[in-house]
Amino acid sequence: MAEHKHSDPIIDIRGLKYRRGEKMIFDNLDVSIERGKITAIMGPSGTGKTTLLRIMTGQVLPDRGHVHVDGKNLLKLDIDGLFELRKRMGFLFQNGALFTDYSVYENVVFPIREHTDLPESLVRHIALMKLQAVGLRGAAELMPTELSGGMARRVALARAIALDPKIIFYDEPFTGLDPISMGVIVRLIRELNDSLGLTSIIVSHDVEEVSSVSDHSYLISEGKVVAYGTPEELEQNKSAWVRQFMKGLSDGPVPFHYPAPDLAAQLLGEETE
Amino acid sequence: MKFLREPYYILLDFLEMLGASGLFLLHLLRYTPHALRRPGLIFQQVFTIGAMSLVLIMVSGLFVGMVLGLQGFNTLNKFASTSMVGTLVALGLLRELGPVITALLFAGRAGTALTSEIGLMRATEQLAGMEMMAVDPVRRIVVPRFLGGVISMPLLVGIFNAVGLLGGYLVGVVLMHIDKGSFWSQIHAHVDFKEDFRSGIIKSLVFGAVATLIAVFEGYYAQPTAEGVSRATTRTVVNTALAVLAVDYLLTAFMY
Repeated sequence: MAEHKHSDPIIDIRGLKYRRGEKMIFDNLDVSIERGKITAIMGPSGTGKTTLLRIMTGQVLPDRGHVHVDGKNLLKLDIDGLFELRKRMGFLFQNGALFTDYSVYENVVFPIREHTDLPESLVRHIALMKLQAVGLRGAAELMPTELSGGMARRVALARAIALDPKIIFYDEPFTGLDPISMGVIVRLIRELNDSLGLTSIIVSHDVEEVSSVSDHSYLISEGKVVAYGTPEELEQNKSAWVRQFMKGLSDGPVPFHYPAPDLAAQLLGEETE
Repeated sequence: MKFLREPYYILLDFLEMLGASGLFLLHLLRYTPHALRRPGLIFQQVFTIGAMSLVLIMVSGLFVGMVLGLQGFNTLNKFASTSMVGTLVALGLLRELGPVITALLFAGRAGTALTSEIGLMRATEQLAGMEMMAVDPVRRIVVPRFLGGVISMPLLVGIFNAVGLLGGYLVGVVLMHIDKGSFWSQIHAHVDFKEDFRSGIIKSLVFGAVATLIAVFEGYYAQPTAEGVSRATTRTVVNTALAVLAVDYLLTAFMY
């Protein structure tokens, strides 16, 4: 696996090691995210993609390694420094994580009210513009329980961009959406990235949607980067594992069967345990 | 030695919880000055924790006062000193029953609501979402609720006592025809402001802090699952009841 280091990466991770219990999640992982681009992090379920996102945002501390985000060494920041950095980050949780007791509008104004002293009329303007950007200005007075899954994610997106962040993280943004909502989210990710000058990082295993929107993709498996490149480059990749993942084949280097004792032996009761 | 192992682990768990909630209390107190700068958030909690418990507190207070009046009347009647019924009701409420029963009702009404609210916010990643928006959930969510509970409890106890006294009056004077004048004058003569009134307020403040601390602690550290939140809610009621009764004994021993 060739090294990829951009000249001015917004996120730079070197030699990342992280283990959970006995299991090694990341073993000397190197990831570098290019400024202003949409980078996807793909891999099978359970490879720690979401954990990697949480390490990038300081929610999880790695055992070893070097994590630089927007010029700051994440591992050396105190809580105030981390919060200062997070004001420039947006994070879209898989389920949206909207405040269920607040209306859509109150959800979007929450970060603005918490971090600025702007007059109420201006706060309202900002919130309505953010809702307009995701196409939900008309839903401002609804409660989160009245929203569909796709709408909830768009509201969460409006809230995530409320403070005009530099980087936005998407955790499995396509999971459980119908095709139309999926198309809306794909379009929003691209439009917001280009119009607001963001850097977007998407964690997902929906190969097709991610390939349609990302500039670069990392393929991660068993704690290591397996492949890196543009969607076209990954499509042409010769590695059997990459082909299996990108094409969604049920058998290949990742076997269909979870490791098990011999079937005949187990059925005849000859297993040792 | 095997039979000692179980109590040993229970003791260990208890000490661990005591230490953790103590540290959590320090954490809350550290952010209290910050929270006081946004009184709106605290008043909102005084409303949801305190005002929403009013009906329960008033109805319970009325019945407790009526029962005290009735029991007191039956016993004192044997000594032909039924005019003391008012004193018995007032002292019983001010010194013990007011703070203790209010705290137990508070655990069931407001404590469970606090625990499940905060626990569910954790389970649905709302607290993590807040952290990602650079907002500390302890400061924004937990501290205002804690202060709201501490402020609400003495107010609820005061209302409980006032309604309870009214209940005693209803049974003693209206039903059993004790002389109205001696009912009030006996209370006036035997209830000491410093001894009885102040100690009740101290108790209610301490119980408010204990009950709310347990509720927010259990909610904040609840396992983020349906079962975890339900267990935390149960623990809130059980632990608050035990803690309030134990602390009540200690306070009574020190103050009288």
